Amino acid sequence: MKYVIVGSGVAGLAACEAIRSLDETGEICMLGDDPHGYYSRPGLAYYLTGEMHEKGLFPRTKKEWQSLNLRFIPGQATQIFPDEHELEVDGKTHLSYDRLLIAVGAQAVRLDVPGADQEGIVKLDHMEDARRILKLARRGKTAVVVGGGITALELVEGLRSRGVKVHYLLRGDRYWGNVLDEQESKIIEHRLQEDGVKLHHHAELIEVLGKRGRVQGVRLSDDRTLRCDILAYAIGIRPRVELAQEAGLAIDRGILANEFLQTSNPDIYVAGDVAQVYDPMSKRSIIDSLWGPAREQGHIAGLNMAGQQTAYIKAAPFNVTRLAGLTTTIIGTVGRGRDDDLVGIARGDSETWRALPDAIVAQTGFDVNRLRLLVGEKTLLGAIVMGDQKLSFPLEKNHFCERGYFPHSR
Amino acid sequence: MPVKDFFGSDASRRHVLAVGHVVSDSARCVQCGICTYNCPIEIDVRAYAWRGESIKHSKCLTCGECVARCPRGVLRFAQTDLFKGGTP
Repeated sequence: MKYVIVGSGVAGLAACEAIRSLDETGEICMLGDDPHGYYSRPGLAYYLTGEMHEKGLFPRTKKEWQSLNLRFIPGQATQIFPDEHELEVDGKTHLSYDRLLIAVGAQAVRLDVPGADQEGIVKLDHMEDARRILKLARRGKTAVVVGGGITALELVEGLRSRGVKVHYLLRGDRYWGNVLDEQESKIIEHRLQEDGVKLHHHAELIEVLGKRGRVQGVRLSDDRTLRCDILAYAIGIRPRVELAQEAGLAIDRGILANEFLQTSNPDIYVAGDVAQVYDPMSKRSIIDSLWGPAREQGHIAGLNMAGQQTAYIKAAPFNVTRLAGLTTTIIGTVGRGRDDDLVGIARGDSETWRALPDAIVAQTGFDVNRLRLLVGEKTLLGAIVMGDQKLSFPLEKNHFCERGYFPHSR
Repeated sequence: MPVKDFFGSDASRRHVLAVGHVVSDSARCVQCGICTYNCPIEIDVRAYAWRGESIKHSKCLTCGECVARCPRGVLRFAQTDLFKGGTP
């Protein structure tokens, strides 16, 4: 059996491990277009703040990779020929497969305003982006950050901890308004302000100003201008569906998969940020752009590819992150609607979080220890735990309510 | 505050240091490696967290560096019976 895995992220690695656990001799090829291969992408945030050094973000030693007995090919998959069971690499060589996994992830939505092609404009997708940000921060004095969700805050905190003066632009009246409630947004904003971040509400970027191809400032919709030498943005991510689309696979916002992570072509599987997976419980197809589900999907896809039929049972989406230095756990369904600061979804996000039914909110505590429980008619629907994480452990183990999210579709 | 409570936290901390271990929750872990980087005796804590295992390393001091520094609450102290009846 010959397995080809496109993508060197956590979904791809988990798939390799799962395949190897069942098939010791099959040939596994991993194809990756990130020159740095597998590393902790969420860890880039801690690289920016200086808590982690670059080399430390690579979890596997060479020896550990060798024990998986796979062939790594640096390059980009440019085309799939499903009928021939072949993959084109870098527009040249062909690679044949029996089972193919697409785990190419998602990438940052590009900033689409006049002047957005100048030097000094950064996003946070890959290792190379993080390196660029750190290089700019060494000489940069002032940064403007636009966007919402977790990544935008990581940019704010990373730049701030490098001594850069930060203006954070928010389109609406508060931070991450479709997941956090008003008080939670205020807590985060307050902490950012204490850290010296200048927040601008109802601020919409309409033009990047520059001189000789370098950023010098931004113009806002109310005609104000802000001077800056760095512009960082995180306005959402988009699953990389092009490869599948050209191969004629069924796609929606992501590549569609059944509960066995199989695409519309039975020999092609999908996992991670690029996958939109059918959930038999809610009868919906969902994208999670989270590390945990990506790993789990990769694992299940690998088992199926190696012949052990296993369904992906979606757990209540769950993420732990640090917002303005405050460890925050988000479980189940906690918000609703859309966020003006994001185009599409944010990295570290789950669509499930926003399918909020009518629920009772219970809350306790002070600024830095806060619990919000979303209590449905019969079950718990979601929770946000900020600060002390002791309470989040039992909540995480609670099977959200006999999988009681998406109650409308039951 | 009663005297017993005043010493309670310190007593339980020492109790945990003596009989407890660091346990991990792989669902929270993003393999950033801050734990491994900060371990004073260079245990690869991250590798344990990938497998969701306790840090069943005979040299672990349960000093708590990794627990305190993990940004995602992956690690915590718990009383385990890992080493009862010999080394695993």
